[in-house]
Amino acid sequence: MPKDDVKTENFRFVGTRPNRPDGLDKVTGRAKFGADASAPGMLHGAIVRSPHAHARIISIDTSKAEALKGVKAVVTRADFATDVTGENWNVLENVMASDTALYDGHAVAAIAANSALVARDAIKLVEITYEVLPHVTDVDAAMADGAPVIRAGTADKSVPAGLHPNVVRYHDSGHGDVEAGFAEADLVIKDHFRTEATHQGYIEPHACLGMLGGDGKGELWCTTQGHWNVQKICSALLGLETSQLRVTASEIGGGFGGKTTVFIEPVALALSRKANRPVKLVMTRSEVFRASGPTSSTSMDVKIGMKKDGTITAAEGVFRLQGGAFPGAPMEMTAMCAFAPYALKNVHQVGYDVMANRPKQAAYRAPGSPMAAFAVESVIDELCGQLGLDPIDVRLKNASKEGTKASYGPRFGRIGLVETLEAAKAHPHYSAPLKPGQGRGISCGFWFNFGGETSVSLALSMDGSVQLMVGTPDIGGSRASLALMAAEELGIPYENIRTTIADTASLGYNEVSHGSRVTYASGLATIEAARDTIKKLCARAAAKWGIDADAVSWEDGCAVPSGPNAGDFDPLPIAKIAASMGRTGGPIVGHYEATPEGAGVSFATHIVDAEVDPETGKTGIVRYTVVQDAGKAVHPAYVEGQFQGGAAQGIGWALNEEYIYGADGRLQNDVFLDYRIPVASDLPMIDTVIVEVPNPGHPYGVRGVGETSICPPLAAVANAVSAAAGVRLHELPMSPPRILEALEKQRDG
Amino acid sequence: MSKIHVTTSVNGDAMEFLCDPRETLLDVLRDRLNLTGAKEGCGTGDCGACSVTLDGRLVCSCLVLGAEAEGKEIGTIEGLADGEALHPLQQKFIEYAALQCGICTPGILVATKALLEKNPDPTETEVRYWLAGNLCRCTGYDKIIRAVMDTAADMRADAKETS
Repeated sequence: MPKDDVKTENFRFVGTRPNRPDGLDKVTGRAKFGADASAPGMLHGAIVRSPHAHARIISIDTSKAEALKGVKAVVTRADFATDVTGENWNVLENVMASDTALYDGHAVAAIAANSALVARDAIKLVEITYEVLPHVTDVDAAMADGAPVIRAGTADKSVPAGLHPNVVRYHDSGHGDVEAGFAEADLVIKDHFRTEATHQGYIEPHACLGMLGGDGKGELWCTTQGHWNVQKICSALLGLETSQLRVTASEIGGGFGGKTTVFIEPVALALSRKANRPVKLVMTRSEVFRASGPTSSTSMDVKIGMKKDGTITAAEGVFRLQGGAFPGAPMEMTAMCAFAPYALKNVHQVGYDVMANRPKQAAYRAPGSPMAAFAVESVIDELCGQLGLDPIDVRLKNASKEGTKASYGPRFGRIGLVETLEAAKAHPHYSAPLKPGQGRGISCGFWFNFGGETSVSLALSMDGSVQLMVGTPDIGGSRASLALMAAEELGIPYENIRTTIADTASLGYNEVSHGSRVTYASGLATIEAARDTIKKLCARAAAKWGIDADAVSWEDGCAVPSGPNAGDFDPLPIAKIAASMGRTGGPIVGHYEATPEGAGVSFATHIVDAEVDPETGKTGIVRYTVVQDAGKAVHPAYVEGQFQGGAAQGIGWALNEEYIYGADGRLQNDVFLDYRIPVASDLPMIDTVIVEVPNPGHPYGVRGVGETSICPPLAAVANAVSAAAGVRLHELPMSPPRILEALEKQRDG
Repeated sequence: MSKIHVTTSVNGDAMEFLCDPRETLLDVLRDRLNLTGAKEGCGTGDCGACSVTLDGRLVCSCLVLGAEAEGKEIGTIEGLADGEALHPLQQKFIEYAALQCGICTPGILVATKALLEKNPDPTETEVRYWLAGNLCRCTGYDKIIRAVMDTAADMRADAKETS
């Protein structure tokens, strides 16, 4: 789409902050989330999980469980399809183990009973004989000689010879000559960094209600970021024809990437098929932690060379990501995002996807990118410190711009990194004085953003109001932003549009709500569907007036003659055309189906002030400012909300959150008391600056905003801690014991 | 196992139910009384999504047994609005975009209402500590805290006018 086609001003609705359409339901407790559904004759399910990190399943005896009064069905792997291949096989193996339990919490069997209490009692009666196998949970240990092999033969062709079989994919990219670049530098710093796995931490556990009959037809209600994907995977895992399974997305109580796949949904359907009754399955919080996707843990080496004037001469990174007992750790994302903010002549990045005895990693907000930013932006901060340079000036000097050859290959189109850096520099926060014991950190962050398959339908009602059907679950207020875009095109009030998340039987395929794609792709599709509707509305007016359809334009919700030559007719409002549509050609519905590919990449710059208590090692966040390019903020309040939420999650990742495994390979902290996400008293207000550098790939210049906001905080907080406490931490989280240890080391010289 | 007969009051309505001695108040509200506004986020009293009031006291309903409701007055999110008229907190949460996914919202509203009844003029720090038992993963709390502070100010102004 040429840049001239991007509308950047004179918006009537876009850029305003109306109440969200689902607001009333959500403040009154009326909104129906995953666990809020029930059905006549419904059973309750529960899942038997492995207590071992790695164990061969010798036998499963379900006779005692089946004998318990109220138990209606028991399923094991034998109750799923056997012809499953590729990634679907990995998902099935994760959903229900076959011959080996691969991590603590891996599902082994499931039960449906006439109450949740009976189901929970029954799973204790399932007798499983395990042969415990050696396990490994650490990424570096899993790559080392002699590490237990998770599954031999999993590695793909990308992996160079001689690596441990747990290394299953390999990535290598870059350009220029890094050795020559390092030789030009006045200072080269190389450091090793590690980050622990964190969980998306959505407050709503996975929950679903499934019904599958002997006729192969099914209904599934579930909390998900993408119900077409659930339909596709579940039908494959159960041997169903895809269209025979109708999936409806509930309101979703947070996802952040973690609800882009399936965990319990195929199990509920298998239990239902066996019991011939609807089955509800809801994870406990412990199950969410043990068996739904955390992030990868990482081990990283980053080396950057800089001249005295701040010019980066070369950058190199090695990124090892552990993604659980399955391939798929997003190491290529880590590698490709690492140096993306900078225009580099010489850059080289390598990634390793490593399997270990942990749950299968799932996407978490800009998957792979925050860890890279932690390592890279920490090294840049260290270089700035040692060379006595301003961290924003150095980033401005090296910033990627339109036309820069990105570290991961292509040339950037119109991007807004420089604008975020300039806005950060001009922000009062950046020049505000610090109190003793406080330190300031800054960091940039990058995410690609994504388009994906999108299908939208916009139907006119007889009174001229509009039903907008989209297929992307609303994970952050998207019904409001999509209705705003429809209102903008149609010229009718926002309140006259009802946006519905359609089920899989009501629209064409829609890719998952991920990749910050919804406001971009469903937004673009909504605008195009509205334009399609307008074309049809204009044709009705043209027929009524007896003029060419080309001679009719659409203005402020009315068909009007395009100019004086078209004829002299009064504007024809949408409600009038709608009232007569039955006798003027039938119902009016606009639609749009495409795979938009113009999702503009997104950059952010964060500023954070922290103070470290030298007695306890506790870090307090004193002030926080997010500056991010949104392209165009459709509903600014929800854009700010994305910025603030990403920052808060990043602060948690930086300071507190981590998966802690014992020597036995079991997860030690599977409750919110021990896996500590930020609470209200941990955080200050989070200031936001919305930068708008239009994305040429969207009619209004929209860029996705959901993910980039979690990329800078890890490094920004680490840089602030370094400035406040005088010690640099190379491992996350920077929990009080780690900070105390670093302070003690420093004191001991 | 024989069930326990419980007579109680929910949002001012007399209610009775039979429950297993092991069932929590949250289980009873959601599964027996069809009041699904209170959510189970953890089942261990750490997230606050199941917040209700029991004889006016703020509790995690996942930590209370259903049988303990005998003779008590329970307040849930479903009782916050007066018919069509939203509580000022509900109104302000919508207006301020103080919710994203909305799963924590019922618990936060119930908890905040209890705070403002106790302390109509809380400082930001007091609001943050009061809500430290109500986890929100979407918002970073910023808009929630602003909504609470401004509702409190409005309610104080209204109280002054009517007094």
